[in-house]
Order: sequence, then structure tokens, then C-alpha cells
Amino acid sequence: MNFIKGYLIPRLLQYFIVTFLGLSAIFFLPRLLPTDPVKQQLQQYQTFGVYIPPEQQEEMMRTLRQLYGLEGTLWEQYLNFWKRLLTGDFGPSFSRFPVSVSKVISQALPWTVGLLSLTTILSWIIAVIVGGIVGYYRKRWMEALDVVVMIIRPIPYYVMALVCLILFAYVFPIFPLSGGIGIGQKLSFDLETILSIVKHGTLPALTLMIVGIAWQFQSMKLIVQIVKSEDHVWYAKTAGVTEKMIVQNHVIKNAMLPMITQLGLQFGGIFSGALITEMVFAYPGIGWILYDSIMKADYNLIMGVMCISTIAITTSILLLDLIYPLFDPRVRYR
Amino acid sequence: MKQIVRVFRDLFRDYRFTVAFIALLFLLVLSLLSYVSPYDPVSIYQVPRGLPPSFEHPFGTNWLGQDVFWRLTFAVRNSLLIAVITAFFSRIIAIIVGIVSGYKGGTLDRVLMTIGDTTMVLPILIVLIVISMILKDWARSFVNLGLLLAFFSWAWDARVIRSQVLSVRERDFVRVAVLSGMSTMKIVGKQLLPHVLPVIFTTFINNMSWAIGMEITLAYLGLGIDPTVPTLGTMLQRAITRQALFLGLWWWLAAPIVTAVLLFIALYWLSVSISEYLDPRARFQRVGAGK
Repeated sequence: MNFIKGYLIPRLLQYFIVTFLGLSAIFFLPRLLPTDPVKQQLQQYQTFGVYIPPEQQEEMMRTLRQLYGLEGTLWEQYLNFWKRLLTGDFGPSFSRFPVSVSKVISQALPWTVGLLSLTTILSWIIAVIVGGIVGYYRKRWMEALDVVVMIIRPIPYYVMALVCLILFAYVFPIFPLSGGIGIGQKLSFDLETILSIVKHGTLPALTLMIVGIAWQFQSMKLIVQIVKSEDHVWYAKTAGVTEKMIVQNHVIKNAMLPMITQLGLQFGGIFSGALITEMVFAYPGIGWILYDSIMKADYNLIMGVMCISTIAITTSILLLDLIYPLFDPRVRYR
Repeated sequence: MKQIVRVFRDLFRDYRFTVAFIALLFLLVLSLLSYVSPYDPVSIYQVPRGLPPSFEHPFGTNWLGQDVFWRLTFAVRNSLLIAVITAFFSRIIAIIVGIVSGYKGGTLDRVLMTIGDTTMVLPILIVLIVISMILKDWARSFVNLGLLLAFFSWAWDARVIRSQVLSVRERDFVRVAVLSGMSTMKIVGKQLLPHVLPVIFTTFINNMSWAIGMEITLAYLGLGIDPTVPTLGTMLQRAITRQALFLGLWWWLAAPIVTAVLLFIALYWLSVSISEYLDPRARFQRVGAGK
């Protein structure tokens, strides 16, 4: 009961407030700006040399306004926005007309979720193990590993993805340049398709993992070093507890908690990184959809991707926060 | 003076600081060279196009007839300029928010921190993309882009400053200052700010690095700075859209990438070594106690 009252309800409340503020910001930001997407669209048709008679122009403007959800006062639009959001209706996509935005996103989502979850979990595990070992033993040759990480760590996802793409797809053509599966291949459950997916996914995954491991390796190393020099570990050592027991019961358990927190804090960054990586590799996930919609000025699709991303990030941070007490007895009943 | 010399001597014991310092000095000289450039940074077809690196053109020339080396000097200067503008403005917001919410506390603190948390949770990249897409012409100038980036990067640092202020606020010397009738502004300036300064300095460097990375990412999408003005991002973007690799002009692509990577590493190593130096526990490990 204490847990629900003291932790769960405030946290859920915070989740709803932050998500609400974020989604409202997404709604208001484009509307505060001077450009009118409807007029822009009509102008675009006219620059292509299409003649539109004045009475039809009125008609078209009305239809476009309806499609964009720009009818009525700002308040009505805002209510409408929430109504549509809660039913998962973002209107049709313009660049892929008449396919609906929700369909485009739901087709792209599995790619992103697959890539993101696989790389996040794998890189987290690798970083925790390697970082833990390096932090605990501190041998001379491990310093070299430290320098390598220090070089990789500050490089942003985009530059890293570009370097990986040039090196491993162009200079040494080991992996394909772009895409999620081979061109013209249908999605089905046979060996060839799966191999193709793995082959296309390796390079984006590698990029995300290199950066992810570098980030978390450093924190894990530092945390283990600090935990190791704490009094209770030193006491256990003098009391004759075996090294294996110390590592298992004292070091690992204490070091895991900040690492889980880290994962929650960095999730927004990891997500953005995944989007950028998808754009560079033309991987058919949310990031690629976003890139495509920006290039084609597909307003509805951009809004859809933004809403979905905001909800995805806040929800995954919430989930991480909710399972956090399971690992830490100190915060279980605050 | 003697103290400054000693600080630098201690800092130079760290190989990371030495490397970063030299690299940054090199990049700074490179950016200053732009003032004596024989070529205009924007106009095209000034030199024969597609020449490989030679004595006359150290980094070759690109497909648009521009000298890559001299363009790079402008690019480094402009990227550093955006970074400094961003870091400067976001530091101002972070300092004000951090000190106000740390020192005043209460409802104001909660409101400010909720706003900060919201900007931290939003997918910043996507928000930046959308804003700079809608405000395409507005975000073309250095100052506006810097302001935009600054607006989304203060939250975390404001939190760090706030926690610092929270701990300093309870110390005796602040109490004494309050009891002796010092004005709030003076307490903030004389008693609190000096304790927050180290944090501000290291986050300044980190923020610069982030801003440069963001500028490059936005430029890749054709957003941000006007694509004809050279920055590290627009130079890279040009080389990619003009198919530098397929034309075989690797120097066109390599110059901005290598420079950007060097800049990121230099800024990161500088910030890490300085923050380690400022944290006495880590300093004693390296420099040795008693010095």
C-alpha cells in the first residue's frame, strides 16, 4: 500500500503530466508559426503549372484544411487533436496517399523496435561485463581499452554511422549500403529472408552498439572502482570472504543499480541515435519514415512520428522507473 | 600568476589534457587562418575542380571548384561560433534557473524543474528537426540557431547547478552572510556563484560539443545554417549530396569528418581532464597527495 501511495501514484501522475505537456507542445509549436501549410500546398501545385479555377481553389482549401485537421478555432482543433490521438487516427499520409499515417507507422515500428531493443540490451550487457572486469582488476593492458573508449565516446551517432557506412560498405564492401532487406524481397519466414535481414541490420546495429558500449562501459568502470574502494568491501576482504563472494554479493549488486538508472536517463538519446542511424542507412524504421516525410513535407506523417516517439520515450522511462524498486531494496518502500 | 602556472603544470601531467590542448590550439589557429583566406568561402568555381591534395591545395579542391583547406578554416570558425553562442546562452538559462530554484525552493522550484524535465523527456532531436524545418529561414543565422539549440540543452545542467546550490546554501558562511544583512543578489554573486563556477565551466565545454554535433546532424537533413555557408555540417552534407565518394574525391569528405572527430575528442578530453582535476578525490589519485 505504501508503495502504491508513495511511489506509484506520484510517478504515474508525473508521467501523465510530462506526456501531456510534450504532446501539447507538439500540437502548438507548428500552429504558433506564420506559415500556412494549406496555402503552401496550393502554391506548390501552382508552381508545377496546374491551373486551379477560383471556385475550385476554395473547395480544395476546405478539403486540405479538413485533412490537416485545421478546421475551426484553435481550441476546437486542440480537442479534436486529442480525440484523434486517443483513437490512433493521424489522418492520411500525403506522400503515400491514401495510406493512413497509423498504417505507415505501424509498418515501420517493428523495424525500429527490433533494432533498438536488440542493440540496447546487447550493448548494455557487454558494457556491464567488460566495464565491470576492467573496473575491478585494473590491469596495465586494460588502460589501452580505456583510451579506445575515450576516443569513441564523444563522437555523435551521425558521424559514427557515416564513418561505419563509408568504411564497411564502401571502402571494404562487406555489408550492403542501405535498406532493411534485399530489394524486391518479400517479408516471409524462410532462411533467405532472415539472412538478408541480419545482413542488412548488422551495420546499423554495430553503429548503435559501438556508441552504446562506449557510453556505458565508462560509467560501469567508474562505479565498480568506487564500490570496490568502499569500506564494506574492504571489511569483507579483511574478514576473509572469498573474492568470488565479494564480487557477487557486494560489487555487482551495488553497481547494477546506477547502471539501470543510466539506461533510463539515456533512453531519449539512444532513441534519437537510432533514428539518425536509420536515416543514414535507409533502414525502413521510424527514423527513415521521419526523414522521408521531412524531405517530402508530409505534415501529418511528421506529427504522427513525433507523437508516437514522445509517447514511446516517456512510457519506456516510466516502465524502467517502475521496475527499478524491484532491484533496489532501499527505494522499495520509500 | 604563480597559481595559474601551477594549475597548468598540474593539468599538463594528464596526457589527455596535453593532447586536447594542443589539438584545440591547432584548430583555433586553423579557424583564425580564415581571416587571411585568399578565396571567398561561398562563391563557386574559383579553382580547377576535383584536384587531389597538392602543395598548392593542401586538402585538394572539390567538385564545385572550391579549395577544401581554406573552406575548412571557415567551417571550423563557424562551427565553433555556433557552439560558443549555444553554450553561452544555455549557460545563462541554466545558471539563472539552477540558482533560483536551488536558492528559493518551493513552488517555483517545482515548476522550473517540471519544465526542465519535460524538455529532457521530449525527443529533442525530432523537436529540433520540426522547429528548424518550420522556421527554416529564421534558423539560417548563427545566433538564431544557437538560441534554438540553447533552449533545449539547459535542463540537465540547471539540475546539476541546483543540487550544488542546495548543498552550498546550508553551509555556515552563507548563513553568516544572510544574518549580517547581505542582499540576496550579493549573496548569489559573491557566495554561491564561485562554488558553481567549475560546474559551469565543464558543462560549457560539453554543451559546445553537443551543439557542434547537433549542427552537423541538422545540416545532414538540409536544416539549420544556410547550406552554402561553410560549417562542418554543411561541408559534410555538400560532399555527401554531391556524391564525393562516387566521384572519387575522398579528400572532400575526409576533411570535415576528420576535423569534426578531432574537435569532438579534443573537447571531450579537455572537459574530462578538467573535471577530474576539479574533483580532489580523483586528483590525488593521479597527482599524488601532498602536492
